[in-house]
Amino acid sequence: MIRLEGVDKRFGTLEVLRNINLEIARGEVVVVIGPSGSGKSTLLRVLNHLEDFDSGTIYLDGKPVFAYTENGRRVRDPESRIRGIRSRVGMVSQRFNLFPHLNALDNVACGPLHVLGSPRPAAEAKAQALLERVGLGEKIRAYPAQLSGGQQQRVAIARALAMDPEAMLFDEVTSALDPELVGEVLRVMKSLAADGMTMAVVTHEMGFAREVADRVVMMDHGEIIEVGTPAEFFDRPTQPRTQSFLQAVIRH
Amino acid sequence: MGFQWGAIPGMLPILLHGLMITVLATIAIMAISMTIALPVAFGRMSRNPLFRIPATIYVQVLRGTPVLLQLFYLYYVLPFAGIRLDPWPAGVIGMSLAYSAYLSEVYRAGIEAVDRGQTEAALSIGMTRARIMRVVVLPQAFRIVIPPIGNIFVGLFKDTSLLSILTIREVMFEGQLLAATTFQHITIFTVIAILYLAVCWPSAAIVDRLERRLKRAPGDPHAVATRRRWALPFSAREARP
Repeated sequence: MIRLEGVDKRFGTLEVLRNINLEIARGEVVVVIGPSGSGKSTLLRVLNHLEDFDSGTIYLDGKPVFAYTENGRRVRDPESRIRGIRSRVGMVSQRFNLFPHLNALDNVACGPLHVLGSPRPAAEAKAQALLERVGLGEKIRAYPAQLSGGQQQRVAIARALAMDPEAMLFDEVTSALDPELVGEVLRVMKSLAADGMTMAVVTHEMGFAREVADRVVMMDHGEIIEVGTPAEFFDRPTQPRTQSFLQAVIRH
Repeated sequence: MGFQWGAIPGMLPILLHGLMITVLATIAIMAISMTIALPVAFGRMSRNPLFRIPATIYVQVLRGTPVLLQLFYLYYVLPFAGIRLDPWPAGVIGMSLAYSAYLSEVYRAGIEAVDRGQTEAALSIGMTRARIMRVVVLPQAFRIVIPPIGNIFVGLFKDTSLLSILTIREVMFEGQLLAATTFQHITIFTVIAILYLAVCWPSAAIVDRLERRLKRAPGDPHAVATRRRWALPFSAREARP
């Protein structure tokens, strides 16, 4: 469904993504791990075009998107097409970024209301159903400041789901949470995966990766250095860098 | 001549009329400048130099010269260029332009103070830039800018005394006229000071309360329960360039 071919990205002279080749099939859960600064978050941000990329091509359902080379010239998609793609690909980030002036229901209803143009009653009914799905049916009138980190993150997931996305990108969504709140967010993600959602997940939760991922991708210095099924990846990593990273992470 | 209580009843109607003019001028200038400031702020933030450069020049020129000089220009200099303005238009236009420059900077700061993650979250569900501004950024910026705008409002109220040089009969002008004929300087200017304070002190107190209320997000249980302080009419936050 999503395919990256030779994607490069630089911040000045720093190469944050180097020749990224990756394909995510429909319904597949790909977990991306790696040390901080390895380009994992940038990879997700590029997939939602919150960051531009410098060369290579990203295909969505076989069609090049965002920016591509045509007859030797780099062509950019117009804003409207980029918006269309963003509305099909949900994204949840480490810092929730709920809208603090809106309650949980209005946060979730935002997409249907302001992007899909649904009438308010329909948007609210959908938001209500999604909040129930993430276990927050009681909290629809609560403002973000009244919710715990785990609850806020679940509202953020519901907000992305309200767009009926075909794929979801999760960028270290449990990294800012107290350890006891991590489980409730992971449970929601597991149930999404079980329902067949296409997912790209950047995380440090190795247990989640092992249990839910179809494939695990290891990144280091902007490159994908190893890809494998959880069993191959965690039990028989081939790259020394992967081995040392896993040892360091799992020791804690 | 010392302070004379007996002189107050005779001068009070004149001074109160002057105060009313001062209040009216403040409201008119505030309304106009708050409106002009919005496009100026967007101009300043625009990526297009066609909007950004003129807006920047506008703000820098008006911030970088005294309001008194700007009023002089409009009223005493422009006639040499064949443009003759009456005192009221000259005064209201002059001060509105100056204050729109200050306010546009407050607006800009307020909009830029809204976390970038808010815009990204809205972008990632596919919202248009214009709608993000209206639904996500401006409501949050509004809460941020209300206190500084209140402080500017208080500052403007005092600055309208500059209109006296255009012969607008606001309270300072009336005071000077009265003083010139009655020589009751101590009484007159003490009463005027009290009149200014009678408006500014409560206004500043209201701004302070608003600021405490708006500081927290809606529904925040950790409300900042700061002790109520005596609000001063010349708050330290009254940041004027």
